[in-house]
Amino acid sequence: MSSKDSISRTLLVAFCLCVVCSIIVSGTAVILKPLQDANRVLDRNKNILSAAGMFDSATNSNEDVEMIFSQFTPRIVDLHTGEFLDDAQLEELQIDINNYDQRLVINDANYSEAIERQQDVASIKRRAIYPMVYVMEEAGEIDTIVVPVSGYGLWGILYGFLALEGDGNTVKGLAFYELKETPGLGAEVRNPRWMALWPGKQVYGDNGDVRLRVVKGAGSGIYQVDGLSGATLTSRGVDNLIQYWLGDDGFGPLLADIRNSGGGE
Amino acid sequence: MAGAKQVLLTPLFEDNPIALQILGVCSALAVTTQLSVTLVMCVALTLVTAFSNLFISMIRNHMPSSIRIIVQMTIIASLVIAVDQFLQAFAFEISKNLSVFVGLIITNCIVMGRAEAFAMKNPPGISFLDGIGNGMGYSIVLISVACIRELFGSGSLLGYEILPLIENGGWYQGNGLMLLSPSAFFIIGFLIWGLRSVRKEQIEVREFRIAPQSKNEGAF
Repeated sequence: MSSKDSISRTLLVAFCLCVVCSIIVSGTAVILKPLQDANRVLDRNKNILSAAGMFDSATNSNEDVEMIFSQFTPRIVDLHTGEFLDDAQLEELQIDINNYDQRLVINDANYSEAIERQQDVASIKRRAIYPMVYVMEEAGEIDTIVVPVSGYGLWGILYGFLALEGDGNTVKGLAFYELKETPGLGAEVRNPRWMALWPGKQVYGDNGDVRLRVVKGAGSGIYQVDGLSGATLTSRGVDNLIQYWLGDDGFGPLLADIRNSGGGE
Repeated sequence: MAGAKQVLLTPLFEDNPIALQILGVCSALAVTTQLSVTLVMCVALTLVTAFSNLFISMIRNHMPSSIRIIVQMTIIASLVIAVDQFLQAFAFEISKNLSVFVGLIITNCIVMGRAEAFAMKNPPGISFLDGIGNGMGYSIVLISVACIRELFGSGSLLGYEILPLIENGGWYQGNGLMLLSPSAFFIIGFLIWGLRSVRKEQIEVREFRIAPQSKNEGAF
């Protein structure tokens, strides 16, 4: 059967195969996209809630996420000024708050910037200028604020959310939703036992500097969290990202405003 | 050709793709720290092997030999992408854990090996069964490795605590090595040793003997 190997036959087979395969691939991708997007949003919201200590996988189900999450309002922060952006500013920047994802604009020069090497404590190289934070208000005052944090651990960047109380100082919780750390060692940052060490810790000292540290050995007191044993570099990464994102280059100014406005105290 | 039962069962112990042919070891190292993740990987790989065998066998008589391998790769890659999309839609947590390894099924030697060695020469039905059989052979090894690693590394199976860890107030000190990839090397090595001790016919004849160390003067 030499006709099977002729050039025209080869081209025909290749063409038909490509058409069929591309239909299969694009078909599944298009049909399943709404489900996948919903999963991603659900996963992110679930992590925001678990950072704020409002979601427990033992008692809450995925169906509860939407209801609990509706208490939060997404707000966009300008890291250069340390203030929330209002609707007019958002329009000017062409940010649609319902469809904005700070991780998708990380390479867009209009919305992100490189971090100077000396300032890049968390080793993330680039950051979004306008990150989205989540605020829960009660009687006009901020009750909880959840800020996104990221920093390099051992194998890659850890992404997570840090929840603070309305005083802008007391930690409500820390939850990572994406990491590449070693399972059983560094990835233990997702262990509920370790996450339970965070609530109640204080971030800032009297003069406004970040005093909260992840330390080796027995962390004690309101400014120290016990590092993970066997995961020194991951613990250091978490320490770095706390220093960076709560410091002056990160959300420090915003949180200082919240503290000074006397919320919660 | 071989009967259906034989095609299905030989890859389990007699002709195991990992233990005898030493194929697909890379993913066996990477995805075996947690049993739940391993199970999903096994199902994914078995499905991909079975269906790629089926489709390749269906068009085997029309496949020009000059682009044979590319055609096989295209079919396998399309199937893997489809599986990946399904996982992201219906098993999001686990697809996050598997991350790149689902995509790497494309390069898994078992899939390619069965397509080239079996599906190109046999009719679709039996090729499909051959894919299932080899997928199960892969699964048996992976699941055994994952059981050992999760049990002794994290003291649990499928996330349920079996050996209470000291960190959680129990008595068992988790073995950190079990959580790192090299431990899977040792475990697979021991499994192969065990299998070959029972089934002596699997011991390969030496292809050559290493010559004794020659003196330096002799080399010049």
